[in-house]
Amino acid sequence: MKINRRRALAAGGAILSAMALPGGLRAQGKPIRIGSTLPLTGPLASLAIIHKVTAEICVENLNKRGGLLGRPVEWVLRDDQSKPELTRTLYEQLITSDNVDLIQSPYATASILAAMGVAQRYNKVLLHTSFGIPRLAKYDMQFQTAGSPFDPENVWPNHIFDAAAKLPKPPKTVAVVTSKFPSVHAISVGAREVLKKRGLTEVLHLEYEFGNRDYGAIASRVKEANPDFLWGGTNGIDPVLMLEAMKKIDYRPPAQVHLFPAPGPMLKMPEAQGSLALTTFESHAPFTDDPTIAQFVKTYAERAKEAGIPYTSVDLQSAIMYSAWQVLETAVTSTRSLDDKTIGAWLKKNEVKVLFGTLRWNGPQNYVEGADLYKVKQLQQGRWVVVHPSQWAAPGAKIT
Amino acid sequence: MPSATLLGQSVLSGVFIGALYGLLGLGLSLSWGMLRQVNLAHFALAFLGGYLTFQLSGRLDPFVTLALIAPLFFLAGLALHWFLTRFSVTLLNTLLVTFGITSIIEAGIQWFWTADFHRMENAYAAVRWKVGPLFVSLTDVMTLGFALALSLGVWGVLRFTDLGKAIRAMTEDAPIAAAFGVNERLLGYLVSGLAAAVAAVAGLCLALNHTLAPVQIYAWMGVVFAAVMMGGLGRPIGPLVAGIVIGVSEAITMAVTNPTWAPLVSFSLLIAILLFRPARFS
Repeated sequence: MKINRRRALAAGGAILSAMALPGGLRAQGKPIRIGSTLPLTGPLASLAIIHKVTAEICVENLNKRGGLLGRPVEWVLRDDQSKPELTRTLYEQLITSDNVDLIQSPYATASILAAMGVAQRYNKVLLHTSFGIPRLAKYDMQFQTAGSPFDPENVWPNHIFDAAAKLPKPPKTVAVVTSKFPSVHAISVGAREVLKKRGLTEVLHLEYEFGNRDYGAIASRVKEANPDFLWGGTNGIDPVLMLEAMKKIDYRPPAQVHLFPAPGPMLKMPEAQGSLALTTFESHAPFTDDPTIAQFVKTYAERAKEAGIPYTSVDLQSAIMYSAWQVLETAVTSTRSLDDKTIGAWLKKNEVKVLFGTLRWNGPQNYVEGADLYKVKQLQQGRWVVVHPSQWAAPGAKIT
Repeated sequence: MPSATLLGQSVLSGVFIGALYGLLGLGLSLSWGMLRQVNLAHFALAFLGGYLTFQLSGRLDPFVTLALIAPLFFLAGLALHWFLTRFSVTLLNTLLVTFGITSIIEAGIQWFWTADFHRMENAYAAVRWKVGPLFVSLTDVMTLGFALALSLGVWGVLRFTDLGKAIRAMTEDAPIAAAFGVNERLLGYLVSGLAAAVAAVAGLCLALNHTLAPVQIYAWMGVVFAAVMMGGLGRPIGPLVAGIVIGVSEAITMAVTNPTWAPLVSFSLLIAILLFRPARFS
């Protein structure tokens, strides 16, 4: 059967619609086993729990709808302890010992790269959620499900400076302060080039080691440089620690971005209000206009609360995991196959509608160059809302 | 060239973070130097103390929680010492055993509080003063105060009291000390309990100044180890002085060069001392 783009989108749409239907279809037969690892312990555990809760909801919904190809789905999850070397071993085990039918994404660049090597050795399709350096993704059957561009170091800084240009006082000077965490560092290096091309002036450039404990001196240097805009090449808890250090010396940048902050801890900080960050999805319209997605947002909030996750709204992390399962389901349903080569070939030629836009893989190394599905969000009155581009902005939200 | 204000603020920042290194290092130095136990679980206990302070702070003032947590940790220190002596765990093996205990405590923290970040809201964090062009925060001053009080207090006890002399005699040569009537066993328990109680104070300071996450237990190990070794094992003031030297060196490095060089400072200092003053570690 020839499967074209329209049919694929229709399949994706049908899956989204079917999610709204009450359960009734019963999956039968031998379960389809889908294996993956997540860093349930170690430095990335705070994010892995978000992915775990999301994936559990996805599998549960999938089985309620009759499973995949009429068979129930079993998710085989292993803890990679945030260690890429262990990730490699566990994917090897999942494929050779657990005999999983398909594999699903681990979390974070290093672990995905480790899993990619194993997937390549066994010719398995690898969908992945959070790979920060696309140029390293050389394997022919790897497909990102996060909506990332091939060149994030160019596309993402432009998104952010486009958004910053809409601020009441558009910045002219920028301080670039970045962690050496690989992906955010690469994006920040790109940002330095982008800001020059846009006629902005870099007044400070600092790099610090990931896991830094003391931000006192860094805060003092930013204060002394007095930029219009702070580019925080930061992720996790770093922005909170940096802003706390700034608060101690009575300083607050006029405007700032922190690339991938842990969303919860920043909400309560007055100093963080107005911060920009990257996202794919936030729990507000127009994202939640689809009743299926609205239901997912509701279910996630309940499950996240049960799991003790402090921030219970669906955002970037949960959305990229949800999309990975949407892509897997669409690809298997459309091809009516569990064969990796068939699925891989289908993904290259088609596109899949997910909760934050339409994914396609028809560019270099299965990415798209110069375009993506990322948006810019801003912390406004204790709530993250998308503010750029305008078609994804929360109703009535403007950059402040 | 950095301004005087930048340098001054960075030095202050280094002093305060160094005080926390010293506070964390004090208990480690006591157990290592006096009991011959390299107690990695000290870091996990400090973080557990931080989490307990965070948990109780909704109902009690953070400083009042210390009245509950410190005695509890003193008992934990006794239990740990009993375990290590009961099974005659050697110096090297204490490293392995206490690393295992650290992992267990970390797993417990993650199970109860999740792996996510937690921040203790407290009124003290909002208090800061302007001294000339520099800013000083209350929670940092409190950390320095605790570090100074405990380090000097323990030093004073060891230096000027009969109890302290007995502990030093036990450290020097336990069998001979016992021959002179020193109750080596009892003093061992006392030192272990005290070291654990100090972890409770360090935990309070961690909760006051930092965001808590289970994995951060390991982030402090390297630099605090360096402070303990530079300060000298079993010397109560040593880790504080060394911690401040490291903290200030790191902060000045961050102020004048790229901050990415800062982590090299503590270990470069440690290597230099190992090369030029090896007797300090014997």
